[in-house]
Amino acid sequence: MEKATGKSIFKGIAIGRILFYQKGEQQVKRVKVEDTEAELKRYEQATEIAVGQLNELYQNAVKEVGETNAAVFEVHAIMVQDGDYVDSIRNIIETQQVNAEFAVATTGDNFSKMFSEMDDEYFKARAADVKDISERIVNILSGVENSGDIGDEPVIVVAEDLAPSETVQMDKEKLLAFVTRLGSSNSHTAILARTMNIPALIEVEIKEEWNGKLAIVDGYSGTFYIEPEEEILAQMKERQDEDIRNRKLLQQLKGKEDITLDGKKIKLYANIGGVKDVASVLANDAAGIGLFRSEFLYLEADDYPSEESQFLVYKKVAENMAGKKVIVRTLDIGADKQADYFQLGHEDNPAMGYRAIRICLDRVDIFKTQLRALFRASAFGNIAIMYPMIISVNEVKKIKEIVELVKKELDVQEVPYGNVEQGIMIETPAAVMISDLLAQEVDFFSIGTNDLTQYTLAIDRQNSKLDNIYDSHHPAVLRMIQKTIENGHKHGCWVGICGELGADPTLTQAFLNMGIDELSVSPTFVLPIRKNIREMKVNGAPEL
Amino acid sequence: MVKITFKVNDEMGLHARPAGMLVKEAAKCTSKVTIQKGEKTGDAKRIFNVMSLSIKANEEVILLVEGEKEEEEAAVLEAFVKENI
Repeated sequence: MEKATGKSIFKGIAIGRILFYQKGEQQVKRVKVEDTEAELKRYEQATEIAVGQLNELYQNAVKEVGETNAAVFEVHAIMVQDGDYVDSIRNIIETQQVNAEFAVATTGDNFSKMFSEMDDEYFKARAADVKDISERIVNILSGVENSGDIGDEPVIVVAEDLAPSETVQMDKEKLLAFVTRLGSSNSHTAILARTMNIPALIEVEIKEEWNGKLAIVDGYSGTFYIEPEEEILAQMKERQDEDIRNRKLLQQLKGKEDITLDGKKIKLYANIGGVKDVASVLANDAAGIGLFRSEFLYLEADDYPSEESQFLVYKKVAENMAGKKVIVRTLDIGADKQADYFQLGHEDNPAMGYRAIRICLDRVDIFKTQLRALFRASAFGNIAIMYPMIISVNEVKKIKEIVELVKKELDVQEVPYGNVEQGIMIETPAAVMISDLLAQEVDFFSIGTNDLTQYTLAIDRQNSKLDNIYDSHHPAVLRMIQKTIENGHKHGCWVGICGELGADPTLTQAFLNMGIDELSVSPTFVLPIRKNIREMKVNGAPEL
Repeated sequence: MVKITFKVNDEMGLHARPAGMLVKEAAKCTSKVTIQKGEKTGDAKRIFNVMSLSIKANEEVILLVEGEKEEEEAAVLEAFVKENI
């Protein structure tokens, strides 16, 4: 068995024979021509054919991968006819008196170099597009077919690189996966792989001798197994079956309500850590976002993110969710999540340190910036806000004062905002014990079970020596949850769980019995939990 | 000459698809259309010109429309930009 690793583009398993795909790459020779007029004419005709091919590809791709993803071919058609590109080719033919193939290849190299030298990853990746269109014209000029012919058997395609046009032209029934040495996760080919649900690895050191061998693409770990051992093969087959089962689940449960057999509706939401995760929320059919961790805005930046940049992110998520609830948790930095510019300094016990709402109430300017961005974005969708690490009623009162201040400012400036539900995270034993008082101040509770377990059991989550006694099913934790739900309901709060426990299928029944209103889980757990909810009843005594 | 100022909302910036749409729209104009980001300028009817400006999310971009029909063509372009970019 041989193993290679790469970057995974699409999480999935593929098992099959390898086809080492070599494109009809042309060695373009420089040939002197006498009649440059005729050469220009040849080039013009080739361009016309190229545009025709690209339009046809576009039409086919729209059917297969949708208009947005197909747009790459429309853009290619525009590139083929671009003034600078055409001028450069014509100029080379005329001044150097050379063949059109050479002029196109040289121009293609120059233009793709321009992109690969740009500082932005996205624009860098466009070098591949320029190469693709130039190859297309060269192939037309020299009479080589542009093909994505991979034969009649299902195969894992292994190649140096794949152009988007090649990927689209390959027979989807026969294409199990693809593995390339080049390519980027921003490339159109990668985007197409994701849309077509094809496992794909890039940046793999490929070998021609693999041709024809049995192999496995493990898109979860980014591993490529060539001539795999029996054990691995069995393991991967099982994983593949699981994927298939999940996909079936998806087909059965997509669009279905999250409702128990005896008619209680549960809000089944998803947790996200950034704008990119929204696609997965929608794909897994969550009814909303129950936890939008806003930290990434701070962790990915070199300085405090501006109100405007935050506003655009929140607005985008709210708009993409189209009226579905989006619960944003305000800055939860500190402890294991650090950003240099905050200059938080070393702490001996960061889990109990200067973090989350404690920072926000101390450095109100940072907090206000985020709140302003959130309220402004609330005009564009259904945004709710929740505050982390609460331990006292006083903190909530202070937050509410600041919120009122922010609203007043926006009123004065005539900036619109929506009706924003306000909630708190219940993740400290203190908050549980006074949840009856806290419930009178807010609209909802969301229980963060990870921290709640850590603080209740006095076990540091980061200490691996304690893993064997870190028991999130501990009766103390479950009773904390029950008390929170009871107190919340007494005072008109709805109560949810956004920690990992919410996605634990062995606890769904217990939570339903306790009267839980909302569960927010990782997008991939939405449908399995939906299945659970739909097969359960609320009544029945919880075993605590 | 008419000046249109706008910001790119897309988080990926003025990437291939919107750049292509903009070029297609600009190409319909009889006016000369110049795209400007900071010090750099380019011909808005040429996709490689537009893309070489590497316009990112939230960056301010200016379109300069110059020609006999500049008023009406700029109005069309502005509406297009507002709607699509």
